[in-house]
Amino acid sequence: MIGVETRSKSMAGSSVEVKRNRKSRKESSLWWMYLPALAAVCFFILYPFLNGIKISFTNWNGFSQTYDYVGFSQYTRMLKDPDTWLVVKNTLLYGVGSTILQNVIGLGYALLLNQSIHMRNFTRTVVYLPVIISPLIMGYIFYFFFAFQGGALNDLLVFIGLDKINALGNPKINIWLIVFVNTFQFVGIAMIIYLAGLQSISKDYYEAAQIDGASGFQQFKNITLPMLMPSITINMVINIIGGLKLFDVIISLTGGGPGYASQSMSTFMYDLYFNRQDAGYAATQGVFMAIIILILSLAALVYFKRKEIEA
Amino acid sequence: MDYMGKKKKWLLSGVALLISAFHLIPFYILITTSLKERGDFSSKWVFPKVLAFENFAEAWETASLGNALSNTSIITFVSALLLIVFGSMAAYPLARRQTKLNKFVFMIFIAVMVIPPLTALVPLYKLVVDIGMMNTLEIAILNNVASFLPLTIFLYSGFIRSTIPKELEEAAKMDGASTLGIFFRIVFPLLKPVTASILIISCVFIWNDYQFAIFFLQAEEVKTSTVALAGFFGENANRMNLVAAAAIMAVLPMVVLFLLLQKHFVKGLASGSVKG
Repeated sequence: MIGVETRSKSMAGSSVEVKRNRKSRKESSLWWMYLPALAAVCFFILYPFLNGIKISFTNWNGFSQTYDYVGFSQYTRMLKDPDTWLVVKNTLLYGVGSTILQNVIGLGYALLLNQSIHMRNFTRTVVYLPVIISPLIMGYIFYFFFAFQGGALNDLLVFIGLDKINALGNPKINIWLIVFVNTFQFVGIAMIIYLAGLQSISKDYYEAAQIDGASGFQQFKNITLPMLMPSITINMVINIIGGLKLFDVIISLTGGGPGYASQSMSTFMYDLYFNRQDAGYAATQGVFMAIIILILSLAALVYFKRKEIEA
Repeated sequence: MDYMGKKKKWLLSGVALLISAFHLIPFYILITTSLKERGDFSSKWVFPKVLAFENFAEAWETASLGNALSNTSIITFVSALLLIVFGSMAAYPLARRQTKLNKFVFMIFIAVMVIPPLTALVPLYKLVVDIGMMNTLEIAILNNVASFLPLTIFLYSGFIRSTIPKELEEAAKMDGASTLGIFFRIVFPLLKPVTASILIISCVFIWNDYQFAIFFLQAEEVKTSTVALAGFFGENANRMNLVAAAAIMAVLPMVVLFLLLQKHFVKGLASGSVKG
């Protein structure tokens, strides 16, 4: 009986919904309100993106009016090109390296600056400030620090009696400096997102844990971290996307050099198009970059969402 | 967590002080570099005895920063205005009218956010050359507007759905107000908080843009501050003092704005960071 009742109720509910749907279908879509926005996005993003996929199958040089379709040969060339793999390796280092650093340091800063201590607001402001500065200019600011001739780092090394180092010209060091500068610049965003996450955790949990005699570390591991999972997901995803797209800071800090040693996929594409007149190949690299970013950001999203549910 | 010993509080405050100092070092070096006279090769850690403010005047002139900053301001201001008008207008039907067409269009806007801008840049360059808009402020504005519209629409439609009561609009409809009238007189004023966030996100990112600008704005008269600075750096690699002075002048407007409106900046940028 009960079953029948609920069933008839749900049927009544759905018939109301049908009516509502019919009503909303009669309502106009008001499509003219989003027409300008849709036109702009299609013309300036969607069409060029699809056109880019087309160009990736050609040998276009970037300026002539004619070009030939060359099938997948740009793609096979890309897979065989050692520069591709160097650049992909760098891009992954920039993406994954800055993501890990920004999250670990950002969380540390947030834990510290969530306490009622002196200098709290000042420190938050100082850490956050670089976020609003152009990454290109942030690169120049650090150039003054690391430059071989007259850089602050070498001034310091000479002062304490050591030899000068060419940090920006050494490919073993400069890729890590790029990770460092990107982290320095955007750690403030991670910190703010973690601070918001920390403030949303109810104090009752900690009080209960203290009564049970849990240590500080146990509280962190069993309360703070699981409750922060949504913030961790956001931070991981936005940092990995930002790091994989890195462009400006590389241009200003190392120019991608020496040679291709510190190029990312973005700067490599730029170089192929403007300096090597290899537009077809640049487009191929662009498609490849889009695929890598899509896969990695989706993987990060799915992985951390799953963790969120487990937690 | 608020109850901690005095000793621990001072210790942690000390750590915070060290962190602040560490984060301020690059800016300190930037300032000392910019104030050193030409030919002063003393350590960058030492504050110069003679302050060479003339570096700022020289950098301003030779990098034509006045022109560059005015271009940047025009691009930023007009783009933000267009984003707010056309973004909010587009978000309204997408939030309120759940027709099949609208659901599909909303999906397009979301999907576009995933495309890395550089992937579209090569063909976009060709398109811009073809329509004869290279080296115009208009193309920079249109590009920026197009690339931030999806995020703007996403934020506006979420806000309309979750916080604006439908009853208001229905009442106005009874009184015979037009759709645009309802939107701009009743709904739009209620969107202030999200409008503020969008204004800040778009202004910060468009002001700082280099990737678009370097492609489309290479002529002297349309250069933005980032393009001008990159060129200036290339020409004056051995005169760091001038480049440092130019860098300070290029970032100062945004830094001042940030220090004045800090809370709004932090809140706005956090909601926009989904774009990354």
